This record gives sequence, C-alpha cells and structure tokens, in this order.
Amino acid sequence: MTSSSRNPILITASRLLAPFIQLFALYVIFHGHFGPGGGFQGGAMLAASILMLRLSVGAERSELKFRKSWGTPVGALGAMIFAGTGLLTLLLGGRFLEYHFLPLPDLSRAELHSAGILLIEVGVSLAVMAVLVTIYDDIMEGPGGN
Amino acid sequence: MRKISLVALALFGALLLYASSGLPGHGDPDGASHRQQSPAGSPVAAAHYIRHAQGDAASPNIVTVVLADYRGFDTLGETIVVLTAGLVCYLILRRSP
Amino acid sequence: MVLGLETPLGLLLLASALIALRLRNLLAAAVTLSVFSFISALIYLVMGAVDVAFTEAVVGAGITGVLFIVVLFHTSRRSID
Repeated sequence: MTSSSRNPILITASRLLAPFIQLFALYVIFHGHFGPGGGFQGGAMLAASILMLRLSVGAERSELKFRKSWGTPVGALGAMIFAGTGLLTLLLGGRFLEYHFLPLPDLSRAELHSAGILLIEVGVSLAVMAVLVTIYDDIMEGPGGN
Repeated sequence: MRKISLVALALFGALLLYASSGLPGHGDPDGASHRQQSPAGSPVAAAHYIRHAQGDAASPNIVTVVLADYRGFDTLGETIVVLTAGLVCYLILRRSP
Repeated sequence: MVLGLETPLGLLLLASALIALRLRNLLAAAVTLSVFSFISALIYLVMGAVDVAFTEAVVGAGITGVLFIVVLFHTSRRSID
C-alpha cells in the first residue's frame, strides 16, 4: 500500500474506467423505475468507483473526486433528503411519504408518486455512497492504519 | 464431536432438500403468493401490488414501487441503519485531529 | 428449474464456499468469497429476482471484497488456525 508499489497500468486503467462506472451508476439510479436497479444499487456502484480510485491512485489524489471529510455530511444529507420528502408531504396535509401531496405542478397523481420515488432514491444513493466510502476511509485511517 | 456435527449437518441438509421439494415452481400462477386469497381466507398483498403498482406510481418496475412507495417507511429505516453504521465506524475508528 | 441452471450453480456455490473455508492464504479466501457472492447473484438471476441479484453483485462481489482486502492489509496475510 505504499506509493512506490503503484503500477502505471493500474492507475491509467482505473482512471479511464471510473467515469464509465459512475455514468452507469447514474443510469441505474435514474432508470430504476423502468428496469432493475434503484438507489441502493446505484449508490453502491458510485462507492465502488470511488473505492477503486482510492485503491489504485492513492488516497491523496482520489480525494479530488470525493474528500474524506465529505463522507459523514453527504450521508446525513442523503438521509435528510429522504426524511425531508416525507416531512414535506406531512406538512402539506398528507401522511408520511404520501407522495401525491408534493408541491409539483401539472402532474397527475401517479406521476407525482413517480417523482417522489425518484427523490427518495437520490437520497438513498447519496447516503449509501457516502457511508460506504467513509467506512473504507475510517478503516484505512483507524488503529493500525498508515 | 466432529462426527456428530457432520451428521447433524447432513441431517439438516436432507431436511432442507426435503422441504424444498414442496416449494411452488417459478412463476407458478397457483403458488401461495400469487393467489387472491391465502389458505386462511385473507387477501394476499402480492396480488394487490401486481394489479395496482403501474397505475399508482406510473412505474413498470413493481419492485421499485413496493420498496419506495408502499414500503417507503421501511426503506427510510434501512437508510438510517446504513447511516448509523457509517457513524459508528466514524466514532470508533477515526483519529481525532 | 428455469434452464436447469440452478443445480450446477448450486454445486459451484458449495465448492467456492468450501474452498474459501480451506484456504490458508486469506487474500485468496477473500477473493473466493467474492466469487461466492457472484455465483449467488447468478442464482438469484436464474430465479428471476433481478433486483436482488443486482444488489448482491454490487455489494457482495464489490464492496465487501474491497473491505476484506483493506482489513487484510492491516493484519496478517496468513491464517494461523
């Protein structure tokens, strides 16, 4: 795990591959209504791309993509997007996570439910991505780490 | 002791294999989870989801609709569990600066 | 029995689990566990649970393998028992 053991082939391949993994992860998140996938899978794929960069190019360079200090705030932000959607519908007169009370104009009831599902899947994906990356960072930094 | 555990393992595996012979086949329309009514006479949830998911949330993927809409509160709990795992790792492992 | 694939996949699953148990090199055991996860994802796929298969492939074969390997870098590479 020292910087002298880094292989240029590994670095180049992972840097080339990471954007495509992230693009596919975004496709999985936003296409979750119509095919297999959803927030959890897409978030885990985003985390996998960042962990691949962390393992290959090293923690210092890969912090340009996702800083170590962002992990906990972004995870909390994802959970708050989810809970905030529920609280918004609660404040607007519905029950918790009753999406057809969302304040989006010109949408039918079913489309409002679809939009609500998309909102909470973005929240779930942010939370899962940040938490998986922060677990890796904490293990690397913790007792016995370098 | 090792022999006893091996025998117990083999018996348990045989029990599981015997039980799996009673499962319904893939996509069996007469399977217990696809009926309108359970053997006890109460309505089955899966039939309601299959019938109403597309119309309720305009999404063809029934799994997503069940996870995020009908069972949205469960998914919130799942997200909180994941977040708690991350926070516990943060609290235990990260060195204070 | 869609395509009759479940039995050979189940045997492969059993074989990978036994190999992961018997290996003394823990890095190889972690990689074999990733193989185990991937075969179980294939079994879910054959059974028609595409979403579960997706989650298993991403989390089991990807993230868990990475975390095992990171922990192995911090501890010993060989099993002592």
